[in-house]
Amino acid sequence: MPRFLLTRVTSGLGVLLLVCLFTFVVFFALSPDPAVQICGKNCTPEVIDQIRGNLGLDQPFWTQFFHFVVGIFAGRTYGEGAGAVECAAPCLGYSFQSSQAVWDMIVQRLPVSATIAVGAAVLWLLAGLAGGLLSAVKEGTFLDRFTTGLTLTSMSIPNYVLALVLQYVLVVKLQWLPFPQAVAFADDPGQWFANFVMPWIVLAVGYAAAYTRLTRANVLDVLRENYVRTAYAKGLAQPLVWRRHALRPALTPVVTIFGMDFAGLLGGALITETVFGINGVGKMAADSIARNDQPVIMGVTLLAGFLVVVGNIVVDVVYTAIDPRVRVNA
Amino acid sequence: MSLLTVRDLTVTFPTPRGPLDAVRSLDLDLEPGGALGIVGESGSGKSMTSLAIMGLQPRAAKRTGSVRLLDQELVGMSEAELRRVRGDRIAMVFQDPLSSLNPYYTVGLQIEEAYRAHRPGTTRRVARRVAIEALERVHIRDAARRVDHYPHQFSGGMRQRVMIAMALSTEPELLIADEPTTALDVTVQAQILDLLQEIRRETGTGLVLITHDLAVVSEVTDHIVVMKDGVCVERGAVEQIFTRPQHPYTRALLDAVPRIDDEIGELRAVANEKNGGPA
Repeated sequence: MPRFLLTRVTSGLGVLLLVCLFTFVVFFALSPDPAVQICGKNCTPEVIDQIRGNLGLDQPFWTQFFHFVVGIFAGRTYGEGAGAVECAAPCLGYSFQSSQAVWDMIVQRLPVSATIAVGAAVLWLLAGLAGGLLSAVKEGTFLDRFTTGLTLTSMSIPNYVLALVLQYVLVVKLQWLPFPQAVAFADDPGQWFANFVMPWIVLAVGYAAAYTRLTRANVLDVLRENYVRTAYAKGLAQPLVWRRHALRPALTPVVTIFGMDFAGLLGGALITETVFGINGVGKMAADSIARNDQPVIMGVTLLAGFLVVVGNIVVDVVYTAIDPRVRVNA
Repeated sequence: MSLLTVRDLTVTFPTPRGPLDAVRSLDLDLEPGGALGIVGESGSGKSMTSLAIMGLQPRAAKRTGSVRLLDQELVGMSEAELRRVRGDRIAMVFQDPLSSLNPYYTVGLQIEEAYRAHRPGTTRRVARRVAIEALERVHIRDAARRVDHYPHQFSGGMRQRVMIAMALSTEPELLIADEPTTALDVTVQAQILDLLQEIRRETGTGLVLITHDLAVVSEVTDHIVVMKDGVCVERGAVEQIFTRPQHPYTRALLDAVPRIDDEIGELRAVANEKNGGPA
C-alpha cells in the first residue's frame, strides 16, 4: 500500500512538471513580451531592459524555467541589491496587473471556488444517484423515459444560458432570491446562501444529468451479472439483492468520475463564476486571460493540474477500499 | 414419491415474430437421491429448463406446465413462496464460478448469506461456522482462513467448490448443476465431478446435471434426457443411451465424444435439421 502510494505520487509529480513546462512554453515563449506590458505606455528601452533583468527574462529558456520550478518549492528573489523582491516559498510570481503575489491571489479565492464546488457536488450527487437509481428500477416505464428526456434536455442547456434565465426568473421576476452581495457566512447566512444557491444549481444541473445516465447504465449492467442471478437463486429477496449485490458494483465507477469532476471544479468554475460575478479562481482566470496576465494564468493552470493529480490519487486510494480486487493486486 | 416431477414444462418468449418456445412440453422425473443428466448443445433449452424449475426464467418469459418438488407444485407459486424454495430446497451451481460469485464480498459472506436467508435469526457467528464447515466439506484446505478471502483469490476449480459449498450449506433436497465443469481444466473437471458424486452419496441430495458433454453425464448420472431445440428427443438409462441411441441427434452427440481408441479423422458436425448446416 505505501509503495503503491509512492509510485502514484511520483508519477503525479512527473505529470505536474510536464504541465509546468507546457504552460511555461505557451505563456512565456509564445505570448507578447511581458516587460513591455508591465512598463505601460510611456516607456523607455532602458526601463524595459531593467524589468527584463529583474524578471530574469534575459536569461535562456531553461534557466528561466529552472528558476520558476525552484521558486515553487523554495521561493526565489527577483532583481538584485536594494530593489530586490523576496518571493516566499510557493512562489508563482507576481501579477503583471496588480503586482500581487499569484499564490496569495489564489489562496484568497480558493475558498470561494471550493464553496461552489462542494455545494454543487452535494446537489448533483443527490440528484444524479437518485435519478439514476429510480430510472433503473423503473426501467422502460414512463418515469424512466421522462427522466431520460429531462437529462438530455439539461445536458444540452449551456451553463451561461441557464444562469441568466435563473437570475432573471428567481431574482428579477419572482424576487425569491435577493440581489447578490458579497457577505461572509458568519455575517449573514441567509444572504450567503442566496448568493451561492444559483451557482450551485447551474453547475449541478449538467453533472446531475450525466450522473443520472451513468448510474442508470451501471445499475442495469450489474443487474445482468451472473452473481445477481446467483443471489436470486440463493433465495434472497429483491431489495437485498439490489442493495447488497447490485449497488456497490454499480456505484464504484461513479466514484472515479466524481473524483475527477470534483477536483476539476475545485480549480474554479470559469463560466459560472464569471456569469454570477463571483470572485473565485475561475473568474480570476477569465480576467487574467482577458488582460494577458501571464503569471496568474500559469498559476491557475498549475493549480488545476495539481488538483486533478491529487484527485486521481485520492480516487485510487478510495478504490482500494471499495474494490477488493484492487486492494490485493496493488 | 418422486423428488422432482416435471410435466409438460413450457417456457415461452414473446418475440417480434410471435411467441417462441425455449422449452416445449418437457417431462422430467427424478427419484430422491437420484441423478439425472440433461444433455444438449447450446440453445437446446437445457439451461432455461434449470432456471424454469426454480422460477428464475427471465421476466419476459412465460412458464407453464407443472414442476413438483415432492408434493409441492412450484408453478403458480407466489414470489415469496418461491424464495423459500430457492437456495433452501433447490440449490443451484452455475457454469462460470468467477462471474457467478460477487467479486466485492468474501466467499464467507456469500455462503453465510445463503444460509441466513433461510434460517432467520441465525447469528453471524453461527453462520460463519456453517460457512467454514461447508468449505471443509468441499475439501477446501485451511477453510477457517479461506472463508475471509475474496473470489478472485481462488483458482477456477476452487471457486466452483465454493459455489458447491454455498449451494450445500442449506442442505437442499435437490442440486441443479448447470455446466459446472465447462469453464474448468480437464483435470479439475474430474475433481469437481468426483466431488459431486461424493456429495450425492453422503447427503442423498438429488442431482440434475446439465451439460453438453456426454462423457461428463455418463460418469455422474444414471438417467439422461437429450434435448434439442427445446424438446426432449430421447430419454433413458445411461447404458441404454450409450449402447443403443435411438435418435440420430443422440448418435451425432455420441460421435462427438472423443475416444482414446478413435482414429483421428475429420471433425464431424452435429446435424441440424433446420438449416442443414453444422449447429
